[in-house]
Amino acid sequence: MIRFIIRRILISIPVLFIIAAISFFMIKKAPGGPFAKEKSAPPEVIQKIEAQYGLNEPVHKQFFTYLKNAVLHGDLGPSYRYANWSVNDLIRSGFPVSLELGCWALVIAMMVGIPIGVIASIKRNSFGDYLPMSIATMGICLPSFVMGPLLVGVFALWLRWYNSSGWDFSYDRILPALTLGGYYAAYLARLTRGGMLEVLNQDFIRTARAKGVSEIAIVTKHALQIGLLPVISFLGPATAGLLTGSFVVETIFDIPGLGRYFVTSAFNRDYLLLMGSILFYAVLIVTMNLIVDILQVWLNPKLRFE
Amino acid sequence: MMTETIKRNAPITGKESVSKGVSLWKAAWLRLLKNKMAVFGMVVLLFLFFACFVGYEIARARGFGHEAQNLSFGAAPPSAKHWLGTDPLGRDMVGRVLFGGRISLMVGIVATLTSLIIGVLYGAISGFVGGKVDSILMRLVDILYALPFTIFVILLMVVFGRNLLLIFIAIGAVEWLTMARIVRGQVMAVRRMEFIDAAITLGVRKRRIILRHIIPNILGPVIVYATLTVPAVMLLEAFISFLGLGVQAPDTSWGVLIKEGADAMEEYPWLLIFPASALALTLFSLNFLGDGLRDALDVRSSK
Amino acid sequence: MAFALVSWLACSSCTKRQTRVDFGNAHQILYLANGAEPEDLDPHIVTGVTEDHIIRSLLEGLVAEDPVDLHPVPGVAERWDISPDGKVYTFHLRANAKWSNGDPVTSTDFIRSYKRALTPELANEYDYMFFYVVNAEKFLKKEITNFNDVGFKAIDDRTLQITLNNPTSYFLSLLNHHSWFPVHIPTVERFGNPYQRGNRWTRPGNYVSNGPFVLSEWKVNTVIAVKKNPLYWDADIVKLQGIRFYPIERLDTEERAFRSGQVHKTYKIPLTKIAYHKEHNPDLLKQAPYLGTYFYSLNVTNAAFRDKRVRQALAMSIDREAIVKTVTRGGEIAAYSFTPPNTVGYTAEAKISYDIERAKKLMAEAGYPEGKGFPKTELLYNTLESHKIIAEALQQMWKNNLGIDITLRNEEWKVYLDSKKLGKFDLFRYGWIADYVDPNAFLDMWLSFSGNNASGWKNPKYDALIAEAGRTIDTAARFKVFQKAEALLLDEMPIVPIYYYATGYLLRPSVKNWNLTLLDHQPYKYVYLDPAAEKTDH
Repeated sequence: MIRFIIRRILISIPVLFIIAAISFFMIKKAPGGPFAKEKSAPPEVIQKIEAQYGLNEPVHKQFFTYLKNAVLHGDLGPSYRYANWSVNDLIRSGFPVSLELGCWALVIAMMVGIPIGVIASIKRNSFGDYLPMSIATMGICLPSFVMGPLLVGVFALWLRWYNSSGWDFSYDRILPALTLGGYYAAYLARLTRGGMLEVLNQDFIRTARAKGVSEIAIVTKHALQIGLLPVISFLGPATAGLLTGSFVVETIFDIPGLGRYFVTSAFNRDYLLLMGSILFYAVLIVTMNLIVDILQVWLNPKLRFE
Repeated sequence: MMTETIKRNAPITGKESVSKGVSLWKAAWLRLLKNKMAVFGMVVLLFLFFACFVGYEIARARGFGHEAQNLSFGAAPPSAKHWLGTDPLGRDMVGRVLFGGRISLMVGIVATLTSLIIGVLYGAISGFVGGKVDSILMRLVDILYALPFTIFVILLMVVFGRNLLLIFIAIGAVEWLTMARIVRGQVMAVRRMEFIDAAITLGVRKRRIILRHIIPNILGPVIVYATLTVPAVMLLEAFISFLGLGVQAPDTSWGVLIKEGADAMEEYPWLLIFPASALALTLFSLNFLGDGLRDALDVRSSK
Repeated sequence: MAFALVSWLACSSCTKRQTRVDFGNAHQILYLANGAEPEDLDPHIVTGVTEDHIIRSLLEGLVAEDPVDLHPVPGVAERWDISPDGKVYTFHLRANAKWSNGDPVTSTDFIRSYKRALTPELANEYDYMFFYVVNAEKFLKKEITNFNDVGFKAIDDRTLQITLNNPTSYFLSLLNHHSWFPVHIPTVERFGNPYQRGNRWTRPGNYVSNGPFVLSEWKVNTVIAVKKNPLYWDADIVKLQGIRFYPIERLDTEERAFRSGQVHKTYKIPLTKIAYHKEHNPDLLKQAPYLGTYFYSLNVTNAAFRDKRVRQALAMSIDREAIVKTVTRGGEIAAYSFTPPNTVGYTAEAKISYDIERAKKLMAEAGYPEGKGFPKTELLYNTLESHKIIAEALQQMWKNNLGIDITLRNEEWKVYLDSKKLGKFDLFRYGWIADYVDPNAFLDMWLSFSGNNASGWKNPKYDALIAEAGRTIDTAARFKVFQKAEALLLDEMPIVPIYYYATGYLLRPSVKNWNLTLLDHQPYKYVYLDPAAEKTDH
C-alpha cells in the first residue's frame, strides 16, 4: 500500500504540471485583460500596468517564470484585482474559512444523508422510503441560491436567531452549513439508497438472510461496505469541492472563503489568483481521489492495490 | 417521446446478440409497464413534453407567448387570465414556463445521456481493464476536474460563437467525470465477483463481458446518479447562459427562470414557485421511472 | 468555555438581540455595506467607487466638499486666491493640518504626490485629471523631464501655486477627485517601490493619512475599518468614532444584512426590493439623482446606422417614461438629452422627442418602410438582470413601433469590454458616470479621439465646439457653446439615451447629517449617529 501511495504521489507531479500548463494557456486565451474597465484607460497606461506585472512577456515565458516561482519559492504571484494582496495571502486567509464550512457541511451531509438512504433502502416502497426520498428530491430541486435566502428569511429575519450574513461568531456557521450540507445530504441519501438496493439484491445477502442473520447485521456487516461504494466515489471530488468553498453559499452569506475566487477571478481575469485556486483545487482532487481509491480497497478485500 | 429515449438508451447496455437482446428488452419493458409508479412517472413526463412542445404553441396563439409583453400590467399574481401570474414585464408565466421547458428538458435529457454514455463506457473500461490503463484514464479525469470551467465556456463561446449544441458540449464535458468515477468503483467491485471470473475462464470476449455482465450489474447507482444529473444540468445551463453561451433573452429556460425567481422570491414568489415546481415534477417522475427501470432491468430479479 | 456556551445559547434563543446597528448607535460606529472588496486604497492607483468611498474617509485634498451640494469648501487649504485671468490658483495651507503620524501637511507633500501621480511608470489611470495644469501632459509623456517645469510651485511650506493651461471654471471641483489627494511619500517609499502596484503602504499600521479617519483594520473580503483621527485639523467636529466598511457583493445579501440590523446603510438596492420598501419603509429608502447617463451606443460604421435618420428613429421610438416607471423603478429620470438636467445650472435645450410617427417616416425615408429590409442587428449588453430587462423591453418597443427585429446578445463582463473595444457590436449598453460636476464631464467623451467613444462617430465641428468651451471663461458663454455641441450630438444621434441614473439605498434613521449628493460623495466628518431616532418596533 505504501508503494501504491508513493507511486500515486509521483504520478501526481506530471498531472499537476499538465493542469497548470493547460489552464495557464486557456486563461491567457480568454478575451479581455485584467485591467479592462468600463472607463477605458489609454492603451499606453494599460501597457505600463501590464509591464509592472511582466504581462508584456511572451506567454510561455510568463508560464515558466510562474512555475519557477511556484515550485522553488512557493510563491503563487500577485493578485491583479486585489493589488495589495498576493495569491498566497488570499489562499491563506480564505482556505481555513472554506475548510471549516466545508467540514461542517460534510458532517451534516454524511450524518443525515447516509442513514436516511440506508433506512429508505431497507424500508423500500413503504412510507419510510417515500417520505425521506421525497424530501431529498425537493432538496435537490432547491439550489443553494434558493435554500440560503429561505433559511435566512426564516431564522435571521423572522425569528431573529442568527445574523443574516457574516462569519464573525460561532453561530454564523449554522445557516451556511445547513444550506450547503442539506443539498449534499439529499444527494447522498439518494445515492446511498441506490447503492444499498443493488447490494441487498445480491446472492450473498440473500444467502445470509436465508441463514437467519439479523437485518441489522446484514446491513452493517455485509451490505454497507459495498453499498456505500457509489457514495464514496461521489464523495471524493465532492469533498474537494466542498473544502475549497462554494461560490454561491459564500456570496449569499458573505463568507470570506476561497470558493468565490474560483468564479470571480475568472470573471476579473485575475490570472494568477485563478491559477492559484485551480492548482489548490487540483491538489485536493488528486488527494481525495487517492483516498477514495484506498478506501475502496479497504472496504472490499477482494481488490488489490494495483 | 420518453419511450423513444428508453429505446435509444437500450443499445448502451446490450448491443451484442440482437435476437436475444430484443426479448430481454421486451421482457424488461413489460416489467416496467407493471410498475405503477414508473408508469405514473412516464405519463407525467410525457405530459410535460406535450405541454412544452404542443401546449406552448396553443398558449402562444392565444397571446401568451414567452415574449409578449404588457409593460403597464407588470408583475401580477396568478389570476383567471394568467394562471401562473406575470413577470415584471407583464409576460405571462404559462408561456414562459412552457417555453423554458423546451430548452431545459432538451438540455436535461441530451446532456444527461451524453454524460451517461461517456461516463459509463469510460468508467467501465477503466475499472474492468485496470492496471496502467485505469491509472492513465483516471489521471485524465483528475486533470479534467481541475480545468477552469468558466474560462472553458468563455473560450467555447469566443471560438465557436453561440450555438445550442455548445451547451451540451460544455455540460457534457464536466458532468461525465463523477459518473465515470462512480462506474469505475462499481465495476471494480463487480469484476471480482465469481460469475465474472467464470465468464473470463469460459473465454467470453471482454467487450461482451462489460456490456452483458458488468453494466447490468451496476445499473442501480448509475440510474440514480443519472436522475441526479438532470436537475444539476438544468441549473448549470443557467450559469452557462449567464456567461453568454446559452439561451438569449427573451428566450428562457427553467434554470434561468429559477435564478430570476430566486432574486424576487419575497416580492413575486410565483416567479420562483412555478418554474421550480416544474423542475421538481420532472425530477420526481424521473426518480419513479428510474427506480422502475432499475428493477425492470435487474438481471437477478428476473431469475 | 462554559461562558461561551451559555452566551451562544442566549444569543440564539432570545428573540430581541442587540444588533450590530444598536451597538454602533451606542458607540458612534457607522456600519456601511460597501459593494465589492476594494482593489487597493492608494488614491493614485484605484479607479472604482467602492475604493473612493473609503479613501474619502482617510485622505483630504486642498479643498473639501460641502456636505449638501458638494461645492468646494476649505480643506487642507484654508483659503485660496485665483488670478484675474483664471489661470493661477494660490492655495494657503492651514498650519494645523497634520498627517496621522504627526508630520505637518506641507505644499511639498502635495507637489511630491502630484509628481508621483504623473510619473508614467506608475500608470495612474486618472492621469488625465492633471492635464489642465501647465506641462503636466508633457511630463507624463516624457516630453519634458524636469518636474519643476510643470505648473506646480511651492512658494513656501504653506503656499502652493498651480498654473493652468486654460481658465477652468470647475478646477476646484476637480481637486475633490481622489487622484488629487495627497499621499505621505516617505511612507510610500518605505514600504516598496512607490511607482509599482502592490506596494504595502496601504496596509493598516502602515497607512499614513491626513483626513478625519485613520485605517485601523483590513480583513480581506470581510471588513475595512477606520477610526477617528485625533490629529485631524477639524477633529472637534468629527463625532463618529469609527466606520466599518463591509464588502458585500450581492445586493440581496446586503439588503438582508440591513434588515437584520447589521449595517446602517446598503450600497445599493436590488431592483425587486424597491417596490416593497417604497410601500413599507418609505422613510428608510433613499433615492436621489446620480450624475450619470444610461444609454445605448450605436456603431455608426454599420451599414444601417451610417444613416443618421435610422439613428434618430431608434432614439425617437422608445417610451422612456415606461422604462423608468415600470422597469427600473429606482427613481431614475427619463433621458431626452445626454447631459443630465441642471448639471451646475446647465440643462440641455435640445431634446429627443418621443414621436413614433416621425420615427416611422424617418425609417421609410432611409429605405426601411415598416422595418422591411432592415439588416440583422444585435444589441450587446453585459450579463446583469437590470440590463437584461431593459434590453428586453426596448427590443419589444422597437419591434412594435418600427417593425425591426433586434436580437439580444449578452456577454460576460470582460468579453463585453473586449467586444466594445474591438467594435464587435451594432448597439451596446453603456453607462457614463461623471467624475466631476460639469457638462464637460459628459460631452468630452464624444470627442473624435476620446478613448470612451466606441461609436465610431467622429465630428470635427463637435471637437471644435468642445475645445472652444474649454477656452471660455464666462460660464454663461461657455454653456451656450455646450448647448450647441449637445444639439449637434442629439441631431447626429450616435447614441440612444435612456435614463439619468439615480442612487438608491436603505439608510437607518439614526444616521444624521447624511445627505444625498449628486456624486454620491459623503463627507463623513459631519455624520453622526442618534440612537433616539431609531424606532424601537422595527
